[in-house]
Amino acid sequence: MKQLLILSGKGGTGKTTVAGAFAALAPKKVLADCDVDAADLHLLLAPEVVETHDFKALPKAAIEPLKCTGCGTCAAVCRFDAPAAQPDGRYRIDPFLCEGCRACALACPSGAIDLPERVAGHWFLSRTRFGPLVHARLVPGEENSGKLVAQVRRAAAEVAAKEGCDLIIIDGPPGIGCPVISALTGVDLVLVVTEPSVAGRHDLERVVKLARHFGVPVLVAVNKWDLAPALTEAIEKYLRDEEIPPAGRIPFDPELVAATAAGLPAVEGRRGEGAKALIALWETVRRTLEL
Amino acid sequence: MQVAVASGKGGTGKTTVAVNLAHVLAEEGPIQFLDCDVEEPNAHLFLHPTLHEVREVNIKVPVVTRARCTGCGKCAEVCAFHAIAVLGEKALVFPELCHGCGSCVRVCPAEALHEEPRRLGIVSRGSAGRIDFVQGKIDVGTALAVPVVKAVKRAAGAGDAILDAPPGTSCPVVATIARSDYVLLVTEPTPFGLNDLKLAVELVREMKIPHGVVLNRAGIGTDEVWEYCRREGIPILMRIPFDRRFAETIARGRLIVREFPDWRQEFRRLWERVQGGGRG
Repeated sequence: MKQLLILSGKGGTGKTTVAGAFAALAPKKVLADCDVDAADLHLLLAPEVVETHDFKALPKAAIEPLKCTGCGTCAAVCRFDAPAAQPDGRYRIDPFLCEGCRACALACPSGAIDLPERVAGHWFLSRTRFGPLVHARLVPGEENSGKLVAQVRRAAAEVAAKEGCDLIIIDGPPGIGCPVISALTGVDLVLVVTEPSVAGRHDLERVVKLARHFGVPVLVAVNKWDLAPALTEAIEKYLRDEEIPPAGRIPFDPELVAATAAGLPAVEGRRGEGAKALIALWETVRRTLEL
Repeated sequence: MQVAVASGKGGTGKTTVAVNLAHVLAEEGPIQFLDCDVEEPNAHLFLHPTLHEVREVNIKVPVVTRARCTGCGKCAEVCAFHAIAVLGEKALVFPELCHGCGSCVRVCPAEALHEEPRRLGIVSRGSAGRIDFVQGKIDVGTALAVPVVKAVKRAAGAGDAILDAPPGTSCPVVATIARSDYVLLVTEPTPFGLNDLKLAVELVREMKIPHGVVLNRAGIGTDEVWEYCRREGIPILMRIPFDRRFAETIARGRLIVREFPDWRQEFRRLWERVQGGGRG
């Protein structure tokens, strides 16, 4: 079974548009939306949710006010500035600063601190007309998006094994931090979707470095390439210098914008230049993955 | 006043709004710019700051003195992040999982653990004209962004500041917007933009931070964002129409307020609205 991850570094370059197109083009596959803090793939695939599961986050500290003596030990041991003295002399934990390390609970001489388990999100197994989709929703403001990404990938691998699918297509998060690293480990290929802009180029270089750091092969496609042809050329020169195969160009095509706005995968029933480019891109990816 | 520019969805124009706003405000007085998108900081590509001070951001991670370790496993027991385990009768540290809380060191009965700094990234400081510029950047391969975001914010002084937030709604965004006076949520009128705006609104409401919307690429897509904001009583403080010339200006790393000086007034008005509490 092969795993394809779609990344971009910079947000909004067209990851989900490409993932949606591949959903319609690839035969036997499972789709996994690993952009767990802003999941959008479901908007293109109209899923019917079959299973819903709780996602348990790392618990956060909470002080029982009646047991707190105001000694300040929690504030002394916490390295994240989460405990703060209240006007009445007792302490309270700021849940947005707490990282759940339990140092305060271990140190509190009055046993006033507990870390109750919390549901920090949900993950779903759904049916779509293009095949199974595993997706998730992290409660806004929560931590551990990397852990939820790992959960989505585990569930997608199980479904793929059960249904005899030979490919998992993963729609990745923006950036290069915790959730991206969690989405990246152990995949067979990263397709980076970039755009011809100074920001797109800058972020592309960081995401390519990250993929190489983890020893994963990379392909790069330039979306909306005709908005700045000179920048596209510069990106393709960088790719040649780095010996990364350019996977193709996707033009700025109002038809693609309209398809996304209507909540439809960009290639379904469409014949414009954008749809053609996405079909060619899928062929390149398929050949690279030896499917 | 600290104003954070955020959005659930990436690529909606956070950095565009933040840099153009800062540029206009700098014409009137000193302003700080904090690039808190430490995974992919981009504001420097538009503001071209001269950076004269670079500091490393480190956390303290445990190191095992094997001769002293008895393999009792207390360290592994207290670690909430599975960053330390007993393997082959001695403790073994996985530094990339460590948050640097120090619990293992405190609990070790054999004094077999001490802490050493582990680099996560850098914070650079400089100026771009009258803009006091600070940016954080995590090292490639580092998963922990929050300590670098916090280091950027610690570098800020009193006075007005614009904070460019990372995309999403999880911990690096929380660290950025925490204790801000106002959050500008930049979105676009598409189903993706609307879906992710709703998540961002849920977050700022939970954190009780006043907020308003900047609608970018107005004219593409549908009226659904506008209808949502009206229904929820969220002010739309500014609209930036979709215009291929804007897209090209941004692609080249140029400022809208420089290429299209009429827009300086629009960004000034945006700031006035934010200062007035952002009630539309």
